[in-house]
Amino acid sequence: MSAVSERPPAGSDTRRPRASPPGIAATVGALLRKELLVELRTLESVPGMSLFAVTTFVVFHFALNQNTVSGDEAAGILWVTLLFAAMLGVNRLFVADQDQGGFDAFLLAPVDRSAMLLAKALALFAYLAVLELVAVPAFGLLLLAPPLGQTLPDLLLVLVLADLGIAVIGTLVAALAVQTRARDLLGPLLALPLLVPIVIGAARASSPLLVLAHPAEVGGPPIRWLATLALYDLVFGLIAYAVFDFLLED
Amino acid sequence: MIQLEGLVRRYGEREALNDVSLSLSTGQTLVVFGPNGAGKTTLLRVLATLLRPHAGAVTVLGRRLPQDAWAVRGRVGLLGHEPLLYRELTARENLRFHARLHGVREDRVEEVLAAVRLVDRAEESLKTLSRGMVQRVAIARAVLHDPELLLLDEPWANLDPAARDLVEPLIGAGTDPARPRTRVISSHDPGGGLSEADLVLGLRDGRPALLREVADVDPGEIAELYR
Repeated sequence: MSAVSERPPAGSDTRRPRASPPGIAATVGALLRKELLVELRTLESVPGMSLFAVTTFVVFHFALNQNTVSGDEAAGILWVTLLFAAMLGVNRLFVADQDQGGFDAFLLAPVDRSAMLLAKALALFAYLAVLELVAVPAFGLLLLAPPLGQTLPDLLLVLVLADLGIAVIGTLVAALAVQTRARDLLGPLLALPLLVPIVIGAARASSPLLVLAHPAEVGGPPIRWLATLALYDLVFGLIAYAVFDFLLED
Repeated sequence: MIQLEGLVRRYGEREALNDVSLSLSTGQTLVVFGPNGAGKTTLLRVLATLLRPHAGAVTVLGRRLPQDAWAVRGRVGLLGHEPLLYRELTARENLRFHARLHGVREDRVEEVLAAVRLVDRAEESLKTLSRGMVQRVAIARAVLHDPELLLLDEPWANLDPAARDLVEPLIGAGTDPARPRTRVISSHDPGGGLSEADLVLGLRDGRPALLREVADVDPGEIAELYR
């Protein structure tokens, strides 16, 4: 069935003066600001992540029947706990957008789709930083044998490199999972295998920083593991940039 | 302005739109009637570039979809069933967010807030507003960037008669010939819908059951669509 209206148009198809579309930095800024505002109002992600991490350290404290841990054991406990705490944030990352139409609103705007990847990854990175502000001192207090003071700058470097990878992979996986009914299950199922190399790299890089030794004897984190983390971040950053548009498309 | 030829859109095996063809000129209003599940919302979402057509040719604002969807975004205003607003943010925060996404100056936010008479409630979180007020904010959001094409899915839902009059200048047919307002409206209200229409499309199970200029449409035919 087909019809063409014969009625003359009410006016010509004159172009209105249009606002110029915002650049990617302005779009990322707008999205990030909205993201942090919503999190501040709802407190749905960061408090839960932090509480989970602290509770897990307490459970480890009693389950291991040890007052303190160090070296590989300490690094393993720290990174597995941070990883699972991060998954809580990853699972919630796109929920408000999906449930309240934010995806559609974004897709209707004349903006670069990659801005959402950047904004969400930056938001998740910020959540992880706040999580670690709580979790790392709690870990030092509840479980860690050596004091953190001397090695903290090196540990910060490992945390930043690992958080970058978790933020990028977490954003990619969350964008994929949120469009399915089983998003709470699918998110961790997809993310955890992809994040295993980050846990390995971060644990190996931080293990020498968490040993009982004289500060002078403690070297920095192994360069090869830092390089592995940086390379993994870069590779997944490029993959995410290449495929993110397609995840948002119908 | 809009040209559809044999548009097909499926959800899995089910055809939500099947062989829809029509042409709508600049400044005209197409009103789409049909029972729930007839394909009205799907049609609006295809025109808004949110859904890809699976077959047929779709041209919106002179651009082919989905290839040129990027050129259509930002020129379309969509008012859907969902307000596309964040419940935790205030009306002003929501509109400022959308203004930034569309590169619209921020004083336009105050203009549209005043137009829907919500300036004094603009600092309240959306979840504390009534559904009618949220609908007014959603209308303000849809017209914030002065779109050339308005896609309105049951726009008068939740609005009392006073609020309908209030939003008329924003989503009505428009009176300025230099700024023609082209609209596609889905409606269940034959009286209200026909009074807005230039062209009428009736959908049943995704297929066009009626497509005619409004002068040639009997209200009884609209009622027939729902039987």
